[in-house]
Amino acid sequence: MTAQGGARDIVLEARGLVKRFGAFEAVRGVDFAIARGECFGFLGPNGAGKTSTMRMISAVSRPTEGSLTIFGLDPRTHGPAIRGRIGVVPQDDSLELELSVRLNIEIYGRYFDLPRRVLRERADELLEFARLTERANSKVDDLSGGMKRRLTIARALVNRPDLLILDEPTTGLDPQARHLLWERLYRLKREGVTLIITTHYMDEAEQLCDRLVVMDNGTIVAEGAPRELIERHSSREVIELRFGTDTPEQIRVALATHAERVEVLPDRVLLYVEDGDVALRAVHGSGLTPVSSLVRRSSLEDVFLRLTGRTLVD
Amino acid sequence: MATRVLPAFGSRRSIHIFERNFYAYRSQWLMFVSGFFEPLFYLLSIGIGLNHLVGPQLVGGRLVSYATFVAPGMLATSAMNGAVIDSIFNPFFRLKISHTYDAVLSTPLDVTDVALGEVWWALSRAALYAASFIVCMVLLGDTTSWWVVLCWPGALLASLAFTCVGLAGCTYVRSWQDFDVVTLVQLPLFLFSGTFFPITLYPRWLGAIVSVSPLYQAAALLRGLATGQFDALMILRAGYLVALGLAGLWLAARRFRAILAP
Repeated sequence: MTAQGGARDIVLEARGLVKRFGAFEAVRGVDFAIARGECFGFLGPNGAGKTSTMRMISAVSRPTEGSLTIFGLDPRTHGPAIRGRIGVVPQDDSLELELSVRLNIEIYGRYFDLPRRVLRERADELLEFARLTERANSKVDDLSGGMKRRLTIARALVNRPDLLILDEPTTGLDPQARHLLWERLYRLKREGVTLIITTHYMDEAEQLCDRLVVMDNGTIVAEGAPRELIERHSSREVIELRFGTDTPEQIRVALATHAERVEVLPDRVLLYVEDGDVALRAVHGSGLTPVSSLVRRSSLEDVFLRLTGRTLVD
Repeated sequence: MATRVLPAFGSRRSIHIFERNFYAYRSQWLMFVSGFFEPLFYLLSIGIGLNHLVGPQLVGGRLVSYATFVAPGMLATSAMNGAVIDSIFNPFFRLKISHTYDAVLSTPLDVTDVALGEVWWALSRAALYAASFIVCMVLLGDTTSWWVVLCWPGALLASLAFTCVGLAGCTYVRSWQDFDVVTLVQLPLFLFSGTFFPITLYPRWLGAIVSVSPLYQAAALLRGLATGQFDALMILRAGYLVALGLAGLWLAARRFRAILAP
């Protein structure tokens, strides 16, 4: 489907998308549109409906209600054609552990009806891309977590997808591996691949996503660019104060006069303010003596926690 | 794009599951080869041992040696055992442990392709094992007729039934512990389905129950083919195996969809 007015080329569009499992409604009518070449993020606590949404937009599970078009096609009737143009990086790599790194890519490529000759060349390219050339003949079981993740991404690229869907691509990776992955994802984006990612790391979402939605309880509670969301849902800066063991109610009341919003946590108090240094001086000026204080910029994590709450879901 | 193999069920792409299994088993050739020996050991043990202790048996009004009587039953059993490995153990692992199918379904393949692909693979293996079994039967003199070659397609029908039912069954397996249940079904089927002795030895009501057993139907069909004694009942037996296979395949695909693409 081409976008109205031709301003943006829409790759994927969902309207009133619902997914029910029996009486349980996992996704409760969500709308979003993703443009070509965009990196779009889905954030949300566990159980927010992210995975169900991802499975629908990878044309694997059928929406219960609502409309979904991917590359202008209906996944209900054009599942194989759509999946042929998508790459999926699942949360659990689901690699073939007993097989070699190279065979993992080649066998996967066969599912897309690609000829073996083409696959041999592509495997070379992708192994290079994933920095796994030296391990081409190793059994996947012997690879490190980061290598497996890179292989899963390489595998997802074997059909040269127009859309790459990554479910928590860097969970469990060390910082070096994460940065290498980010760099690879940037490269794909530059080449015009549309990226959809879910992540629990807010810094990752800030780094990678042009636009994102925050999901909670099966609905979208916020949508926008990371910077926009911070501006809309949080203050510019945050002061973190610690007052020994607990924070009496009178301190909370006193602090409220210095901030747009005060959040009392078991171990610290957060003041949401425009200018951290000014507000901190005012706090000290009013006779309050925190044990420690820290001024920082508002982050996507603050937005996320505000929108989805601090209660543990599972 | 993809040509339909059966009406509204699966596509040509199902062959890629066969390919996948082929590559996966290349590294496990020993397990592959062991499949040839299992039936051979059965035949030898019976041919050398039991054949001399047990007298001739009546098959279709003709007396044949016990080895001749029992060999088709062993062939049917071997089809069942092979199907259990290829449709319950291995697919269970791919379905619930290694999540291989989850990865497959992100590609143009559909659940029906996955189910059909596993059937192609199981049948191909069964075809090789059945052929080697029949050659052994001939070499060991356990046959009375060249009609025995028809045991080959006959054994494939048995494999089809067991594979498809097994594939449906594997979706109900929750953990490795549940395989005890599989053994619990497999063993009495093996012992009481007219494989070792004719079911006419049972009381009539028990015989009626046993005749529902697919292993009994398979053994009876193969026995008729091996001795070249044909009757109309064999068409019913073959039909029963095919119907069981189609029903199993339908249920397997349905269950795969419920688990993999809910």
